[in-house]
Amino acid sequence: MNGIKDALVITKRQLLQLTRVPEVLIFNTIQPVMFVLLFRYVFGGLGVGIKGGYVQLLMPGIFVQTVTFTLAATAQGLAQDMEKGLIDRFRSLPIARSALVVGRTLGDGLLNIVVLVVMGLAGYLVGWRPTSGPLHIFLGFLMLLFFGYALSWAGVFAGLMSKDARVVANVSFLFTFPLTFLSNAFASTTSMPKALQYFAEWNPVSTMVAAARQLFGFHNTFGATANSFPSQHPIVASLVYMVVIMAIFIPLSVRRYKSANSR
Amino acid sequence: MKSVIAENLVKTYRKGAVRALDDLSLDVEEGTVLGVLGPNGAGKTTVVRVLSTLLVPDSGHATVGGIDVVKNPKAVRQIIGLSGQYAAVDETLTGWDNLVMFGQLYHLSAAQARVRATELLAQFSLTDAARRPIKTFSGGMRRRLDLAASLIIRPKVLFLDEPTSGLDPRGRMEMWGVIEDLVREGVTLLLTTQYLEEADQLADDIVVIDRGRVIARGTSDHLKDQVGGERIEIVVAETNIDKAKEIIEKVTHGHAAVDHGLRRISVPVLDGTQSLIAVIREFDSAGIHALDLALKRPSLDDVFLSLTGHIAEEVLAEQPGKKKRGARK
Repeated sequence: MNGIKDALVITKRQLLQLTRVPEVLIFNTIQPVMFVLLFRYVFGGLGVGIKGGYVQLLMPGIFVQTVTFTLAATAQGLAQDMEKGLIDRFRSLPIARSALVVGRTLGDGLLNIVVLVVMGLAGYLVGWRPTSGPLHIFLGFLMLLFFGYALSWAGVFAGLMSKDARVVANVSFLFTFPLTFLSNAFASTTSMPKALQYFAEWNPVSTMVAAARQLFGFHNTFGATANSFPSQHPIVASLVYMVVIMAIFIPLSVRRYKSANSR
Repeated sequence: MKSVIAENLVKTYRKGAVRALDDLSLDVEEGTVLGVLGPNGAGKTTVVRVLSTLLVPDSGHATVGGIDVVKNPKAVRQIIGLSGQYAAVDETLTGWDNLVMFGQLYHLSAAQARVRATELLAQFSLTDAARRPIKTFSGGMRRRLDLAASLIIRPKVLFLDEPTSGLDPRGRMEMWGVIEDLVREGVTLLLTTQYLEEADQLADDIVVIDRGRVIARGTSDHLKDQVGGERIEIVVAETNIDKAKEIIEKVTHGHAAVDHGLRRISVPVLDGTQSLIAVIREFDSAGIHALDLALKRPSLDDVFLSLTGHIAEEVLAEQPGKKKRGARK
């Protein structure tokens, strides 16, 4: 019980930071909205023959890309706490070992809610119209949030491994950026070289994008053509990925936190 | 009663290649201040990290308030306060935000946390700056806030790791004042420092550590006595040196050393002031004019030099993973 309360104090701290430095929230929402507008109008021609236009397939792609970047945000936040010695203070407090990292992931998750809402509205303004009905749309957003939350734990681990916030942010970005582009998020994977097609097909970003498309009511015409499991069952595949990511990184992170050595 | 006991602590890094703590033992009597004095890389921070449950030693045993730091770290955390080398507070938040947040993490209610934050801000003369982000604080103000955050639960034992390193002289004086106030209130304090003057000023007892071991222990006076007692130092005109030396040796029955470059004669004495007065009388009747005269007690610098064979400041052996020190405030 106290563990949850402690974690929520940490989450509150993050929200308080947003009120003290509102630029963070503004930048965090402007960037994805900018992506929506750029892709919508630059690559709009890709959607020839798609019912409702490219934007229908694009929006799930950008949603997933945005929540994938949570990894870097979480990593940077924790690395900053390491760098400033704050981790030492938290570790010397009589709080649950999990509180700081759980609180951080929850905070980043809450931020994602705001960002997804703003993006959804921006998408609506440029013609995105999910067709599946309120329940499925809700489930679609819920899954996106959980996907971001799962990746946040990979970010926790990366942040605790690092001693330099800027380096860890860049490294995380170097990892997540190709991950989001070597996928079906923005273009059909069938035009990629064969080897990349396999990667794109099994890439968790692709399965999540396909799952989101399905939940928002669109057929995923950007997927690989093979009858592989992730292409056939994107929702199940994505849920499995989320569980696996958390099963790997939560224990690793908590263990790492216990022996975390600021500086 | 001993509030802190550390016995035979060993902590090695890089598979034993670096012995950060090498069979280190120390203890702190309840209500007293122990100064842990040593150069960079001596193991000061490592011993604080072990005692504050942040680091598990390879071997050895330590208790704080009678509680084993390895077996029951959570109980130890309930009774300690820790303030590290860098102000470990959230810089984007205000001083007030930080203290309320840490108060809640110590499981005070929101109302209690606010009351305590107000008290501490007043105690550390930070009330006026309370609503400003820490980023805008001076180094001294950050340290005071950091110290305040470590006092939220009125800890039984307080650990301060180099509380004034990196501060300007004014910040240091302010910090000393704050620490002295705490000491008067009877807190049990373990303080590390590489400033000999600081240990002298604040600590009841001092342990000198070097390369992970305790190389001396005692009060400041006791340590100084280990190096030797008082000395008379007199500076005279070049032409008077030989005559002056003769008089000094006759009066003090000691062997005087002469530094011709500084024209300074120094001699160890047992009854400092008496001998000094006697020497001045003799000089007067001999018509020798002393340009400068002093009765000197050895400084802790002298102590460190004689104990370790090297000067404190010159040792720059870094601990692993501490490359960036000094780059920050």
